[in-house]
Order: sequence, then structure tokens, then C-alpha cells
Amino acid sequence: MGRRRAETRGPMAKLRYRFTFPTDLVTQPITYRLGKDFDLVTNIRRADVRENMGWLVLEIEGTDQEIERGVSWVSSLGVRVDPVSGDVIEG
Amino acid sequence: MAFVTGLRCRECGRTYPTEPLNVCDFCFGPLEVAYDYDAIARIISRDRITSGPLSMWRYQDLLPVDGTDAVDINAGFTPLVKSKNLGKLLGLDNLYIKNDSVNPSYSFKDRVVSVAATKALEFGFETLACASTGNLACSVAAHAARAGMKAVVFIPADLEAGKVIGAAIYAPTVVAIKGSYDEVNRLCSEVGDNWNWAFVNINMRAFYAEGSKTLGYEVAEQLNWRAPQHAVVPSASGSMYTKIYKGYKELESLGLLDAPVTTKMHLTQAAGCAPIVDGFESEDDIIKPVKPNTVAKSLAIGNPADGIYAIRTLRESGGSAYAVPEESVTEGIKLLAETEGIFTETAGGVVISGLRYLASSGAIKRDELTVAYITGNGLKTQEAVEDVVHPLLIDPSISSFEQALNGQKAGGN
Repeated sequence: MGRRRAETRGPMAKLRYRFTFPTDLVTQPITYRLGKDFDLVTNIRRADVRENMGWLVLEIEGTDQEIERGVSWVSSLGVRVDPVSGDVIEG
Repeated sequence: MAFVTGLRCRECGRTYPTEPLNVCDFCFGPLEVAYDYDAIARIISRDRITSGPLSMWRYQDLLPVDGTDAVDINAGFTPLVKSKNLGKLLGLDNLYIKNDSVNPSYSFKDRVVSVAATKALEFGFETLACASTGNLACSVAAHAARAGMKAVVFIPADLEAGKVIGAAIYAPTVVAIKGSYDEVNRLCSEVGDNWNWAFVNINMRAFYAEGSKTLGYEVAEQLNWRAPQHAVVPSASGSMYTKIYKGYKELESLGLLDAPVTTKMHLTQAAGCAPIVDGFESEDDIIKPVKPNTVAKSLAIGNPADGIYAIRTLRESGGSAYAVPEESVTEGIKLLAETEGIFTETAGGVVISGLRYLASSGAIKRDELTVAYITGNGLKTQEAVEDVVHPLLIDPSISSFEQALNGQKAGGN
């Protein structure tokens, strides 16, 4: 029943997220600032950005605490942050 | 014998070996099971299927498991009931109800979990897990008990205790997470990705989802090897909806049906959580996640994993998507109970209300063969219809009884 995080080296982790941007945030350089203002490496794998909304799936590498801090910041701006696999809580 | 060739990314097409993976390492797209259909075609037949067990495992050749030792609590082969009264009321002469509310843990989840549990044992997992607010938790705990596996069920801490009794009775470890829905969701996803457990709808999702195909196979077999002209299906993640259609299409491609599949797949959600309906109607094919606010808790998935694939099935099949007004959900439950004697949960209420709309709008014609999928049992959501209880209160005398009865008649009840 142990933890199995193959991508972990020391305190570092790689986590995958899906960001969904509402219309008013589509033009903001949020992913850029996530990498610049936090000690995180962002790696976009797929994206679809349009006039009225956009989404991207990305991997974020950093310490657990820094990832949590960065993702909380993204979320606080109004970007929806989800697991890449969609909602996992089912009825 | 298994006919699985591996896993394949639904976005970029990259292939992977048959392992407990759910996301493509390259593009993070979802993975699905790939089969050797030529090999299946060489051995499968109607006789081979009908000589199998009276459960979903009669379709084992089309499921992603290796051995013959399924984790089976006898899910599937549920009744397909020809409607008498509901069809008459709605102006449909050829309406059938697929009553999947009578599975062992009272929902269609037994189909998907039976496959996931079987595959989990094949992979050597000792623990079966899920995050759920109801039906899935019950099914995971029941199958783990049957398989002799440990079960871990994650729930939001504010979930009413009564919602998990149907799971807790099988003695899983229940983990109640304090936090918002989104926080609970993210934590469960991370646990699912990083712990050595079979998380049925995360690392086992590719296999798990295939169990829903049996809802397509069964209906076609029960209709004497033909697919219906219309299927009305509830949708949360979009997975079951797409897999039912896949089930029809697989039988067609294997030469097991008498006629081509022309089924219009109608997708129904409750208005308080309808991201797939919204995505389909917006015509840009983008799913915008929503915060669920619906009485239909079993359909409350705001960010549906298979939403985009459900939209593709909608377009391919020529079906429609309908968001049922919240106040109509319980009306649908009552309508099915009062006309056909079938008590369904809120997801079934969504389907019946959606069916009523489709019939009244002319999308389904009177003589067209139609199947409404009822996927969960009403005993799960009794609180949604508490207002049906209003007994005649009488004194213990015949005169009081007669008076009350006459009063009821006078009232027109």
C-alpha cells in the first residue's frame, strides 16, 4: 500500500493539470508567470486557445509545496484547475 | 482468451502495453483498450454468446480480461421491459426500458467495476479504490469483498452518512476528505496516480470503461440482434454513453446484427450540471467545466473526462443532447414508477423527462424502436421524492376508514 511516485527525486515532483481559462484571462501570460514567479518548470503538452476561452494540459515540476503554492495562485486568478483525467469523483 | 493488443491514446494514437495506465505520457490524452477484432471475428458467434452465463460475462470475448476467473457478483443481463403505459402516455408504440437498476449493488456501476476488479487482480493489485458520492463506492466495496481485496473509498467529508451506508456495509476503508469539491477531486486524482492501488476510474479507467459496452450488447441481443432506432441515455462523464454506442457498433462490425446500426444516441443531463449538452449546443466542441448544482447527484460531474468523445458520438449518430430542467427530474422518477412500476434514482428521472421531451418534440416518432436506459435504483435517492408520502390518517374503525376513502374519492385522487 506504499506510495509510488516514480517521477519523484528527493522533494521534487511532477504533476499534471488541465487549466481552463475564462474569456477575460485568455490573453494573460499566466503560464509564463507561473514559471517565472514560482520555482516551477511548466511543460505544455496540449492546448486549445480561442477568443472566448482556452484550455491547456501541462506538467508542472517542482517541490510539492511550490506546486501547491503556484497552482493556488493560478486558481485564485479565476483559472479552473483540474486533474488531466477529468473529475474522478463519481456518483 | 484475451483479444487485447494493448492501449492506445485517443488523441495522438500512440500505443502502450496492457498496463494500469490511463494517460498518454506524450500528450496526456486518455488511453483506451485496443483489440484484435479479426481474431475476435474468427471465434465469436451468437451461439457462443447465448451459451454463456446469464450475466455481462457472456460477452467476455469483447472485454479486456485474460482469464476466465472474473470478479463477478452477477452483474448484467438485466431486464429489457416493453413499456405498456409510459409509451401510451408519451405516444410511443415501441418503447423499451432497460432496467439496469436491478444490478447487485443497484446500479450499472457493477458492470464497469466488475471489469476493473477482474483486471486489477490480473495485474496483482491488492487494493481496489475509488472516489465517489454513491453508486460507485457501493459497487467497488462489494466487488472488493467478493474478490478478497482491500477496498478504499474516498468521499467528501460533508457527504451525508446515509449516502455511504450501501458501501460501508462491505467494510471498506472510508476516507472522508475535508475541503471543496475541487480540492477533493485533485487529491483523489493525485492519490490515484501515485499509489500502488487499482483506482477503478483512474489508473484502471481504460479497462473499467469497457464494462459499459455490455449495456449496448445486451440491449441488441434482447431486441433479437438489432440495435434500437433511438437510445436515451443519462450522462455524467460521458463514458457510458459513448460505450453503449461502441457496443452496438462492435456487434455490427463483427456481423452479429441483422441490420446496420442507425441508432440516434440521445444524451440527457440535468440542467444544473450539463457541460456536455452545453458543449454540443455551442458548436465549438469545447467542454467548459461547470460547478455542479443539481439534484441528480449521480450525474454531477462538472469536468467530464469523456465529454468531447460524447459530443463526437452525438454528431456521428445524429442524436441530440437535452438538459432536463431541475424541477422535472423528480417528475421523471414519479412518471416511471407510476406507469411501469420501476423505481429509479435521479439519473433515471433525467432520462424519463428527457424521453418525454424527445417524444413531444417529434424527435422520436410513434413507431420508432426506442430504448430508455435506467441505470440506478430509486432506493438510493429516496430523499428526492419524499413528498410522495401522504397517508390517509384514520382512527381504528371501519367508519373512519370509509370516511377517509370517500374523502379521497371526492378529492379526485
